[in-house]
Amino acid sequence: MTTLSGADPGASAPVDTAPEDTWRGVATEELSESELSGLGSEVGARMRARSRRLLRSLLRPQRRRVVLAAVLVVVSELAFLAGPLIVAYAIDTAVPALARGDGRPLVLSTIGYLAAGVLNAVTKAGFVRVSARAAQAVLLDLRGRVFDHSQALSLSFHERYTSGRVISRMTSDLDTLNELTSEGLDGLISGVLTVLGISVTLLVLDLPLGLIALASFLPIALLTRWFQRRSRSIYRRTRTAIAALIVQFTETMNGLRAVLSFRREQRNLEIFRRSNAENCEANGDGLVVLAHYAPSVRMVGNLSLAAVMVVGAVQVVHGSVEIGVLAAFLLYVRRMYDPLDELAMFYNAYQSAGAALEKLSGLLEEVPSVPEPTDPVPAPELRGRVTFEAVEFGYHPSVPVLPRLDLEIQAGQTVAVVGATGAGKSTLAKLVARFYDPTAGRVLLDGIAVDRLAGADLRRAVVMVTQESFLFSGSVADNIALGRPSATRAEIEHAADAIGAGPFIRQLPDGFDTDVRKRGGRLSAGQRQLVAFARAFLADPAVLILDEATASLDIPSERAVQQALRTVLRGRTAVIIAHRLSTVSIADRVLVMDHGRVTEDGSPAELVRGTGAYARLHDAWRDSLV
Amino acid sequence: MPITDAALSHPGTPTTADADARPDRDTAEHAAGLTALGIPDPDSGPRGARSSVASLRRLYPYARPALPALLWSTVTAIVATVCSLAFPLAIQWIIDGPITDRDLSGLVWPAVVLVLLGAGEAGLFWVRRLLAARPSMQVEARMREALYAHLQRLPVAFHDHWPAGQLLSRAVSDLSTIRRFLGFALVFLVVNVATFVVGVIILLSLSWRLGLVVAALAVPLIVLCLRYETRYQVLARRSQDQVGDLATTVEESVLGIRILKAFGRSRDLGRSFLAQARGLRDTELTKARVISVLWATIIALPEIALGVVLLLGIQEVADGTLTAGTLVAFFGTAMSLRWPIDSLGWLLAVTNDAAAAADRYFEVMDVPVTVTSPERPVRPARREGHLEFRDVRFGFPDAQDRPGRPAEVLRGVDLELHPGESVAVVGATGSGKTALTALVNRLYDVTGGAVVLDGVDVRDLDLADLRSRVAVAFEEPTLFSASVRENVLLGHPDADDDEVRRALRVAHADFVEDLPWGLDTRIGEQGLSLSGGQRQRLALARAVVGRPSVLVMDDPLSALDIHTEAQVEKALRSVLHGTTALIVAHRASTVLLADRVALLADGRVAAVGTHSELLATVPGYGDLLATDARGGADRTDARGGADGTDGARAGAGAGVDGGRA
Repeated sequence: MTTLSGADPGASAPVDTAPEDTWRGVATEELSESELSGLGSEVGARMRARSRRLLRSLLRPQRRRVVLAAVLVVVSELAFLAGPLIVAYAIDTAVPALARGDGRPLVLSTIGYLAAGVLNAVTKAGFVRVSARAAQAVLLDLRGRVFDHSQALSLSFHERYTSGRVISRMTSDLDTLNELTSEGLDGLISGVLTVLGISVTLLVLDLPLGLIALASFLPIALLTRWFQRRSRSIYRRTRTAIAALIVQFTETMNGLRAVLSFRREQRNLEIFRRSNAENCEANGDGLVVLAHYAPSVRMVGNLSLAAVMVVGAVQVVHGSVEIGVLAAFLLYVRRMYDPLDELAMFYNAYQSAGAALEKLSGLLEEVPSVPEPTDPVPAPELRGRVTFEAVEFGYHPSVPVLPRLDLEIQAGQTVAVVGATGAGKSTLAKLVARFYDPTAGRVLLDGIAVDRLAGADLRRAVVMVTQESFLFSGSVADNIALGRPSATRAEIEHAADAIGAGPFIRQLPDGFDTDVRKRGGRLSAGQRQLVAFARAFLADPAVLILDEATASLDIPSERAVQQALRTVLRGRTAVIIAHRLSTVSIADRVLVMDHGRVTEDGSPAELVRGTGAYARLHDAWRDSLV
Repeated sequence: MPITDAALSHPGTPTTADADARPDRDTAEHAAGLTALGIPDPDSGPRGARSSVASLRRLYPYARPALPALLWSTVTAIVATVCSLAFPLAIQWIIDGPITDRDLSGLVWPAVVLVLLGAGEAGLFWVRRLLAARPSMQVEARMREALYAHLQRLPVAFHDHWPAGQLLSRAVSDLSTIRRFLGFALVFLVVNVATFVVGVIILLSLSWRLGLVVAALAVPLIVLCLRYETRYQVLARRSQDQVGDLATTVEESVLGIRILKAFGRSRDLGRSFLAQARGLRDTELTKARVISVLWATIIALPEIALGVVLLLGIQEVADGTLTAGTLVAFFGTAMSLRWPIDSLGWLLAVTNDAAAAADRYFEVMDVPVTVTSPERPVRPARREGHLEFRDVRFGFPDAQDRPGRPAEVLRGVDLELHPGESVAVVGATGSGKTALTALVNRLYDVTGGAVVLDGVDVRDLDLADLRSRVAVAFEEPTLFSASVRENVLLGHPDADDDEVRRALRVAHADFVEDLPWGLDTRIGEQGLSLSGGQRQRLALARAVVGRPSVLVMDDPLSALDIHTEAQVEKALRSVLHGTTALIVAHRASTVLLADRVALLADGRVAAVGTHSELLATVPGYGDLLATDARGGADRTDARGGADGTDGARAGAGAGVDGGRA
């Protein structure tokens, strides 16, 4: 990535320094991932190779269908091409034969013409079906791959790539491909085959005339090269533009309350208008380039047809060519250029799809920074002993979050981690759950490095509940069952009751069956968090990590959750991150963290007796009682 | 009040017919409740069979600016087609003239005509494309902008019910379908029909007998196309809805990635995604089957006609009633009609797709904006921030009365906030606290009673003015992928950096100074990810930046650590001094920010008073806030005195309070 690394002014500067774009602010992402049109040719070539590779791997399982489709389309084209030949034969042979009183050539050519027509129609229908099967299978495969891959990619990727762009890849880019396959593919294939078939037929019919007709290919090839070069960068621009538009759109819709409350509508509209205009502009540019290209090709075609007709007429007069052949040339050459308009539009779809494929292949080639181990250590029963061995970690190389951490948490122990914002508490939790891998050192679970555990084993053993309480579409019960899909309804309700979420859920219009998407907009953050808790309880992990999980709860709910935790945490390891010491009450051990280091470590009682930060907090509390 | 009109014309109970049409009683009720607000159900399919033409006609206002260009491009296309149709006639001239006469000198003029026709066709073709290139794109952009603007005006109630994925698929894929229709299919439907008519006229003039055979084609073609439309349109709509559903799942999979990863459930969601994708594939395959039959017929019919023409034509040539040149010209012209006929199939497909897309588009555009600025907004005499809830009732639009489950969340809330006064709202989960906060700046409108600001019902105030005077800090802060400055200023683009810094100081968001680019650092989705506490402080800064006269805060400090919380509280006190504030509170420390406390229970204000008054007089009040003393003491014994942080904070808060008093 030599052309992209570092501050590439050509790529990033226009985005960030244009005055109307200052609102976006500055981030490093443009420097690392260039989606801009001004790509070096080397990178462009690599992107094309990447998408060709993807296309090949997608088509391989469809080989048989592709071959069958090709056979059908060839037969269809042959039948199609037979038409003018039969007309030529009829004019040159059947007319004189009929004059002699012999009707057979006429009957023969009529039957031949009808048969060819029907064969053309039937094989065309067959082709449409077979190619649709192949194309839809490819699309399904690709959708699945992109979905699975985006899920496999680590959080660091998602934080960098952003949800809007992933969504754009999986919606708009795939739609573009669908569009091509459902409308453009057969046009493209049969268009190409038509040109090939006609060329051969023309040369066979009459070599000199055929050569004159095909001489037009040279200027057309030059035109096509010009068009490809111009359009490729334009279509890349269109994909980038639509992605920016989608990001703005989804952010607005997901943050609508804030938008309305702070009257951001106008500003949003201005921003949206800009990406919309850029999208319009880029697509318009594409159509304009096409507007230059397609008629030029048509011009070449028409002039060559005129030349063929004039030269042909001379040859007919000289007797070296029959009138029927001339007629065939007229019909063929016109046929060759007739679907051009269609082809030009498909080329449009094809180019957009090509650009979309480049983006998708880029996403698919992102390597998960937290990969599944290739030969996982089997670990059916994990007890939950957590060990940090000389762990170092930073989100950015220059900013270490955990300078060096050694820590041992016994199985079954409940550990509270307290400390100011930015002390590294959440990072600690994320390393145990393996949302990230440490930059140095190891995190071990029952003595096994977490990166040697199969994902399924690790997730069964370690569950993390965060402040974030996103609900998926489906019922409340479905959302709780996410913790353990095999759970029965009774178990689900029990989990909800255990943490005190039962009463409010039963108050909902349909109780546990209430659809949260439709009616979930009004579940408060606290209620959503209770659902998240029930989910974690149901999962029944060996290690439970609560990262500020009670922040949005009101006091009675928090108390209910804590009451429940006392029983639930018995026999399992728990890491409770809290900036509220109220949560600490149930801990066996407290870790006070500061700037990525553990500054105090001990039982709550020990720490209270000491002179550290925790003791000071506790003293403040005792003083206030007096 | 548009909402009242809508409510009157749509009684809340479903009619029998409605209920019969929907076997799922719940869905019927749900839909009926929403219809009262004019919100369609995103899951219900097309309402009644509407013809494609009727759907597409609605595009007219948006397409109008592009129509001159489209019209001219149609005209040039038709002229170009005439050139192309005239081509075979020139050939006929050559065959029946110079060739039959064996006179090469006569070839010059036909040659010139051929070149002119060819060049003319290509030139017009070029003009047509240039004309159509930008206008259709602009129609798409205009429609997209209108949709976006409309969605931003639609009430929160609408967005609660429509997943963003369904909206996104309308804004992107449906609109590009419409663009392809306007820029291409519409023009070519007209051009191809014109070509067919002109072509048939030429054929008739060449030989009326043979021409009639081809003209007769029109009948089965029209019948076929009409029959096909009804079948295809249903499929087109289904496929677009499925695309929207897929978009919704995709969105969830990405937004919920942390939870999916935490529980290792990606595979499960992947399975249901795949099931949806398979559904879409099946629809697409059905579409392909329908299209394939149509295409086969559309291809076969002209071939059969031409076969008949060949049979008759050759006989006529042999008889001498028809010249060879005429027959060649006839076939040449008939060939030119082939593409216009063949293309009918996919032109119709695009048209139907566009009609379904237009239906989906207008389905959203037709949703009335129920929370609007009044036509003649009342200008309040005073602007001091006097806020009053008068017998406020509120129920979410989809909520239904059921035995034991009242539909209303708020059932007659009376509360008065004097100018400059801050009132904390305390209540158990589900008591309607959050709903109350959403009524002040009209994210939702009350269903009964009124929220009154400075003596004026908020529904009679200018909406923009209302929202500029009422600032809200939500319990879940939303950040946008934009600079810190932009995120804080959201609604006040004209404020300067000093304002931003002041607000950041109030919220103790000093961490901003440490960000790589300071105020210019991009945060939110596309930038640096911030912790919950950091996000919350930015949201707080956002709320205080415009010096609003009313501040509504929903548990604004929940994600802060105690240390920061104490600092923010201190700074907030200075802001609250002179600002009317409604603060939803879960913790004693937050409650202590307020002058008075309102206890919300069962959708009503059960008690109002100072914190200490309520502690003394209302039995359940203490339980809602602080860790109860006895339980805490028990735990302190058992756990060596580790407990009681809340007490500590409450104490600290009380200390500050005392200091101020």
